[in-house]
Amino acid sequence: MSTAVVDPAQATRLRRHYRRRHLLSRTALYTAAVLAALVCAGPFGYGAITALKLNADLYDASNNPFVFNEPATLDHVVFLFTDTAFATFVWNTMWVGLLVVAITLALAVPAAYALTRLDRPWAGPMGIAIFFVYLVPPTLLFLSLSRLVVATGLQDSTWSLVLIYPTITIPVSTWLLIGFLKALPRDIEEQAMVDGYSRLGAFTRTVVPLLFPGVVAIVVFAFTLVASEFIYALAFVSPSSEKVVSTGVPTELIRGDVFFWQSLQAAGVLIAVPIALLFNLLLARFISGFTQGAVKG
Amino acid sequence: MSSRATAPQGSPLRQLADREGFLAWAMLLPAVVYIVLVVAVPFGLAVAFAFSDVTAGDPSYDWVGLRNFARIFEDPVFWKALGNTFVFTAVSMALIIVLGKVLANILVADFHGKWVVRFLVLLPWTTPVALSTVAWLWLYDSVYSPIDWVLRNLGLIENHLYFLGRPELATASVIAVHVWRLVPLAAVIMMVGLLGIPTDVQDAAKVDGVGFWRRMFEVTIPLTMPLIAVAALFGAIFTFTDMAVVYILTRGGPTNSTQVLSSWAFIVGIEGGDIGQGAAIALFLFPLLLAAAVLILRAVRKIEVF
Repeated sequence: MSTAVVDPAQATRLRRHYRRRHLLSRTALYTAAVLAALVCAGPFGYGAITALKLNADLYDASNNPFVFNEPATLDHVVFLFTDTAFATFVWNTMWVGLLVVAITLALAVPAAYALTRLDRPWAGPMGIAIFFVYLVPPTLLFLSLSRLVVATGLQDSTWSLVLIYPTITIPVSTWLLIGFLKALPRDIEEQAMVDGYSRLGAFTRTVVPLLFPGVVAIVVFAFTLVASEFIYALAFVSPSSEKVVSTGVPTELIRGDVFFWQSLQAAGVLIAVPIALLFNLLLARFISGFTQGAVKG
Repeated sequence: MSSRATAPQGSPLRQLADREGFLAWAMLLPAVVYIVLVVAVPFGLAVAFAFSDVTAGDPSYDWVGLRNFARIFEDPVFWKALGNTFVFTAVSMALIIVLGKVLANILVADFHGKWVVRFLVLLPWTTPVALSTVAWLWLYDSVYSPIDWVLRNLGLIENHLYFLGRPELATASVIAVHVWRLVPLAAVIMMVGLLGIPTDVQDAAKVDGVGFWRRMFEVTIPLTMPLIAVAALFGAIFTFTDMAVVYILTRGGPTNSTQVLSSWAFIVGIEGGDIGQGAAIALFLFPLLLAAAVLILRAVRKIEVF
């Protein structure tokens, strides 16, 4: 402890000064956090209010749009499930997503392992090539891929998306998996090989199980990418029963000039909330995957 | 760990499973073959289509040289789309950097209810673009827009603004949606940078009595520059190549004033069926994408704080 003599009056003044500064910075932080949350979630919050409104309430421009001027109703949410193909869209998105995730893992996990652990001289350039593929956008490819889809006879079928979507998910998943693999110490496989496993055996029996947390993150990430994709789904698939959520909702729930506004907003909120919740749970893992992938090694 | 071997040491299968050169190829090949077939070949095809007369009705390939390019250059809509693509990208990138930085600082701070704030803040990024754009379409409604309602009740406007009906407002509306949906992604990337700064660097500055703003501009921003660059470039790429926002909000209207290259390529190539011309339009995205990718890679290599 300091033995210097401090003028008590000055000490009180300083303490008050710091307390005020602390209070000020906390207030600024909370204000900024609340504002950010409001701006980001506002459209969905407003969508949730809209989804539960009666037509008479919604379509009166003099009503306050942020409150219920008439009693709330679930009619339009029910309508979404009973009178539109929304449930079909969700089902299509789910099974396309799960299949694409399975294909992605089957191809990306071995590829990432080969690139990080097997010490090939071409691993570096190959990793960069994969990164470039990730940045090739659907906008550049959808026209030629639409010919490929026609050539394989998959036009207007959801299966065309199962064929094409791994182009979006494999590169980014490989990139993330490289990060997760770099975080695993090499001793693990070396020990397994000393114990008599082959190189391949060491990979399947020790590395794959340890990679599980990373794989969970990849599943969610890849699924979100699939659910968000718009251009391919719009270009390749037009029958209503084959559409996925991201194209079905904006094209089928808007008929010409007739908008089913409440049902549209209900669909948005019902899809947005679960995905964001899952993402929030896994955010720390994505961050560690991206940073590890970026480290030279 | 078990000490039993899975196969006898000398068997040919076991030898194969131990040869790293063979394993490396065997494990990488499926991914590489798939990417070559479904990305590289179609990319070559897209370039080839740009010099052809392929249409949805007549898919036979005939070389037409530069005719597609001559035709798109004559079309004022193409030049408008090209200009818009650059304007949208530049303006949203600037806003994404500033707002992303602010949001990143909020997200790394400690406060009550952080989990809820983080969840709400992630919504724009994790929700499928098409669905969040539909939410915005309703906010921009010509008659029932709540933004209109607030401004009307504050006495700032007399009538409706018609967000998507006037060229300048429609442009601003499209940019606003891009910024809104990409700021959270940029913030998360920048957050990675902030978390990577060793705490003693921050503490040393604090002990030296360096204030918040000076710490930010002289310590954290220079240290996290590579990740700020990565965030900015990702934001730029996603704005540059996106067509969902424009397609759902305005379909390029009013009178093509918000058309961008990707939406124009889609309208010409898929809706108009002129695949050759659509491919030629989309090709203009490529040089800038390549530049952005190279820049990202260079920035990523500088990240060695971790």
